[in-house]
Amino acid sequence: MTDARDSLAPPADDPLAILARMWLIRAFEEQASALYAKGIIRGLLHLGIGQEGVAVGTASALRPEDLVFGTHRAHAHALAKGVDPVRLLAELAGRTTGLCAGKGGSMHISAPEVGFVTATGVVGGGIPLAVGAAYAARVRGDDRVALAFFGDGAGQTGSFHESLNIASLWRLPIVFVCENNGYAEFTPLSAHTNIERLATHAGTYGIEAETVDGNDVVAVRDAVSRAAEAARAGGGPRFVEALTYRLRGHYEGDPAKYRELAELSDWRAKDPLARYRDRLQADGLLDADGTTVGGIEAEARRRIESATRQALAAPLPAPDDVTRHVYAS
Amino acid sequence: MADIRYLDAIRTALEDELAADDAVCLLGEDITLGGPFGATKGLVDRFGEWRIRNTPISEATVVGLAVGAALTGARPVVEVMFIDFITLAMDQLVNHAAKLRYMSGGALSVPLTIRAQFGATGGFGAQHSQSLEAWFAHVPGLRVLAPSTPADAYAALRAAIRADDPVLYLEHRGLYWERGEQADPAAADPWRVRVRRPGRDVTILAWSRMVSLALEAADRLAADGIEAEVVDIRALSPLDLEGIVASARRTRRVAVVHEAVTTGGLGAEIAAAITEAAFGDLAAPVLRIGAPFAPPPAGPELEALFVPSVDRVVEATCALVRGSAPASIGVAPTSA
Repeated sequence: MTDARDSLAPPADDPLAILARMWLIRAFEEQASALYAKGIIRGLLHLGIGQEGVAVGTASALRPEDLVFGTHRAHAHALAKGVDPVRLLAELAGRTTGLCAGKGGSMHISAPEVGFVTATGVVGGGIPLAVGAAYAARVRGDDRVALAFFGDGAGQTGSFHESLNIASLWRLPIVFVCENNGYAEFTPLSAHTNIERLATHAGTYGIEAETVDGNDVVAVRDAVSRAAEAARAGGGPRFVEALTYRLRGHYEGDPAKYRELAELSDWRAKDPLARYRDRLQADGLLDADGTTVGGIEAEARRRIESATRQALAAPLPAPDDVTRHVYAS
Repeated sequence: MADIRYLDAIRTALEDELAADDAVCLLGEDITLGGPFGATKGLVDRFGEWRIRNTPISEATVVGLAVGAALTGARPVVEVMFIDFITLAMDQLVNHAAKLRYMSGGALSVPLTIRAQFGATGGFGAQHSQSLEAWFAHVPGLRVLAPSTPADAYAALRAAIRADDPVLYLEHRGLYWERGEQADPAAADPWRVRVRRPGRDVTILAWSRMVSLALEAADRLAADGIEAEVVDIRALSPLDLEGIVASARRTRRVAVVHEAVTTGGLGAEIAAAITEAAFGDLAAPVLRIGAPFAPPPAGPELEALFVPSVDRVVEATCALVRGSAPASIGVAPTSA
């Protein structure tokens, strides 16, 4: 394995690093699910299994200093941007060594040191934050780009529309990335709005938009790359809608009976990891590098096993920790 | 230092902080024109249209984007034209600004100031006159300041902007044109109470515009031989309980006056805290004086009945001292 594949920095142009990162996320999410089933992780756990292509495609199009804001389903966003899986697992398990000292949990991850500013448990709530990061970059005159992930459910919030309006009005360096997985919580998007493609809204505010296959990591990377560079160059905001699907329920424990099995199996056949693996194999890249498909997956699982041991060995919080970090001093 | 108006103290504090730190920026509706009362007038000429930024009427996103800017290196000050409109931004203020430091285990900081004017004066009616401070004092992670003098307004706003926490800075519309010294050493620490008038018989606790009302009441009580100590709370969250309880122990009788409705108001919290800390030292139950349990009415005559008056403070405080055990004012809905 090369350094790029071991590093926590977002994979850029290395196809094997991109595949390895998607596998790392898949292995992380499956481990989180297993730990949840055992009661080691508690609370609300929203997994991004099936949506790895959007997260990794997006992160691979950004610079390390670019500022990403995630959703309640943000493990993949965070890991793609370079968050340490040991500290993220420790966070999910409520350990003091967690990213957020055990106070954020699954839905409120922050790792500003790798440009993953924060996630939020409020649907649509993170979009204005990203607009603010873009505004701050503009005031300072630096060339960082802000990026907001949100789902199709957020498209019906006021914050979404206000944010698109302000970003457009002020020509801010921001990329809006909609993960359209077809379901807003337990009901299909069609029960929330007559608008089929959220990118439609971008046009209303004069923002250029693309809708891409979110399970094609390269298509996502290329679209976000075009969007980020246009925003960075002063072209104002861009909007990328990635069509994808969550292969699990809304959260762990949701049996997702509102979905047809046929729909699920159709989307399983479009698994972003398998598709990218097949593509690299067809291109001869996996073999040429001396790396096997199984080897990349096994390495990801080994890393997550090791991360789990480290995370769970960490101490639980002390009583005094309840009131720490409320105020700056 | 010259005598200045409360509104000018706010403007000067903004200008001084903008000049001292490039990270400071102002956001709000119509602020390049000065806003409805002129608090930001002329600042765009000196600091430019990016740092003095007019926004659309989108309170939720404007507060949210200020939070995002604060998370990533800026020190924004948002003008929410009326505190009533902050209801539109409650998610961003309560779920995001107040909690991001805690939820991130200290990895994030939200150095954000929200300026909002509040209070019932001028007949603006129920959606432009409320006193909602208790809502925000109930939220861990927020700080709330409500200065009563130009000197305090200046010092408190500079402290708010420099704080690494989100601060709700409350300005009473009825104080904007009040005059006073800008520089006053007693205004130095806005997070502590300030004894505005010492007295031995009773403590009147108040903030913002109710302080001048309490001082006027104290003058009239003095004519009746009652020496009231007037304590300006200044910081509504976190409360300076040490300063509050110290005064309660000195005088053994306490009245809390606020313009908000009494039910669930901050006076209830203060009364409970005093009772818990100093019950044995009290000669009487803590008295609350506030608005009746009704929205602020628009008609000037009704509005005057709604807001606590000097007469009511004098009457209730006098009864408190003379031992005729007055009932707290404003608790029960006015009978039909």
